[in-house]
Amino acid sequence: MIQIKDLHKSYHMGSNSLHVLKGINFNVKEGELVSIMGSSGSGKSTLLNILGMLDEADQGQYILDDVPIKNLNEKIAAKYRNEFLGFIFQSFNLINYKSALDNVSMPLYYKGVKRKERTERAMHYLEKVGLAQWSHHLPSELSGGQKQRVAIARALASDPKVLLADEPTGALDTKTSYEVMELIQGINDEGKTILIVTHEDDIAHMTKRIVNLKDGLIIDDSSVEQIRASAHV
Amino acid sequence: MFDIERWQEIFETLSKNKLRTFLTGLSVASGIFILVILLGFSEGIANGVKSQFEQDATNKISVWTGVTTKGYKGLNPGRYVQLKNSSFEAIENQYDDYLEYRTKDYMIYGGTVNYQNETGNYRVRGTMPENQFIENADIGSGRFINSSDISSSKKVAVIGNKIKEDLFKGEDPIDKNIQIFGMNFKVVGVFYDPGGDREEGQVYVPLTTAQKVFNAGENIRNMAFTVKMADDFDEAVQTSNAIALGIEKKIKELHTVAPDDISAVRVNNTLEQAEKIYSLIATLKLVFWFVGIGTIIAGIVGVGNIMLIIVKERTKEIGIRKALGALPSSIIGMILQEAIFVTMFSGLFGLILGLGLLELVGPQIQNDFIKYPQVDFKIALSTVFLLVFAGTIAGFIPAYRAAKIKPIDALRDE
Repeated sequence: MIQIKDLHKSYHMGSNSLHVLKGINFNVKEGELVSIMGSSGSGKSTLLNILGMLDEADQGQYILDDVPIKNLNEKIAAKYRNEFLGFIFQSFNLINYKSALDNVSMPLYYKGVKRKERTERAMHYLEKVGLAQWSHHLPSELSGGQKQRVAIARALASDPKVLLADEPTGALDTKTSYEVMELIQGINDEGKTILIVTHEDDIAHMTKRIVNLKDGLIIDDSSVEQIRASAHV
Repeated sequence: MFDIERWQEIFETLSKNKLRTFLTGLSVASGIFILVILLGFSEGIANGVKSQFEQDATNKISVWTGVTTKGYKGLNPGRYVQLKNSSFEAIENQYDDYLEYRTKDYMIYGGTVNYQNETGNYRVRGTMPENQFIENADIGSGRFINSSDISSSKKVAVIGNKIKEDLFKGEDPIDKNIQIFGMNFKVVGVFYDPGGDREEGQVYVPLTTAQKVFNAGENIRNMAFTVKMADDFDEAVQTSNAIALGIEKKIKELHTVAPDDISAVRVNNTLEQAEKIYSLIATLKLVFWFVGIGTIIAGIVGVGNIMLIIVKERTKEIGIRKALGALPSSIIGMILQEAIFVTMFSGLFGLILGLGLLELVGPQIQNDFIKYPQVDFKIALSTVFLLVFAGTIAGFIPAYRAAKIKPIDALRDE
């Protein structure tokens, strides 16, 4: 599903140049649930941004579902993001003046889906995350865990190839974190490829594979025995 | 543009920020409002001044005489220059080709006129048939003085509408006899004049009759001509100036008046004055447009400013939208449409308010120099186009900024 070869990325700040990714090689097969770990500054967020086409690599190859991702202009990047990717953020990033349902249907709006079908599909995903009865509430009326579940529903709405989650549990307490992880595991069980950036060990061990980053290089990449979140709830 | 979703979104954001929307709208609305009022009044002033000129033909040249102030060729100052029939004929002969209408008048100010028991004091004016066109007098009923009245010195009178109302109290005055200083005159016509009451409070009688009954002999008080108009206004003004100068010179020669004696012979050229006033009005209009446009620009800059703030405020939201697959064009469209909508809506509001005020207050203005202040449809329409254009400009820079927002920057957690 994802193939990455010799990926480099530097940031330039004035005269200083910061080499963040120093040659990443990494493949993800369909249906995997991978966590990317590392201390801050290890380059894990940069890697996720490049995977999410929010940023572009200086050097190297990135192939997503057999489509080479390079020389993107804004238009194509927007199209690919909409088609291939679903984002889950640490701070949820819901649009605060829109109801849960409207938030979930937004990717479908940009995909050009008609209103009626959009609402139906958005409602379906809200049901899936267990928030059907909250569909007309604003994000401010929801708890942190509920907000993240709305965000997950939104990420799923356009039926993307890959879900990218940046510290999805970073803003949640342990119990809620496990609930969210349970949901993510459930989605993975249905076959969706999911990448999670985290620095929490317990969260990482709820995935099937842990990739450890340090100073812009992968120092460890191993499969782990998945711990079901449901065991903790 | 016609995407319902997008409209819903715009209304949603606007209604989330009612005060901000209101203040932005207010600045645009007041700009347009002021422009409309200014334009309306400049039109009103133009109308008012034009109607001042409509009292008489605009291409009129009139000749009046007074008392000499300078000695000339052995004659003492202080002598009254008396125009005669012969002075008129001399001018008529010399400029016949250039003249359109001509008249010579002999008038009595404050002539006692009565019909049965009603009496009034009016200006009684002996005149020639062509004076009807020089004075812009409109015949309401009957006829004006004609040449047969002149040649046989008939005792007929054409009265102004005001006199008809004063003396006849709704009766039909045609063929009735009025007395002027006790002498019977038959009313043959009633006239209206754009000059209003002042001009309509006159009685016209044949010049020859006036000269006889008032013992004026060959004397006349003044004469007036209109010049044939060339198609080109500037050329017409030039010709009419040349003729006015020529007439003045000729009259001074005939009556032995010093060429530089200003008060003895006065030749008044309406066309020249009209030209000055019209150019004044044109300048005034220009100034009004300038001020109005300036006000609108201030309003539009306000909208642009607010839109920039909105974009700044919504940076994160725009980033989210882009991460979800929003095209740059859809972001530009969203911001631009909001700006255009705010300027359009508030601008139209200001336009309607301004037009409404003119419609309401306009007819109540009682001033000689402001008449029917109004804005014509074309101007109203062009301000609307101006608005759409302005809204686009006001929205474009903020929209462009919005499109440039990188989702990665917008979404970075603080």
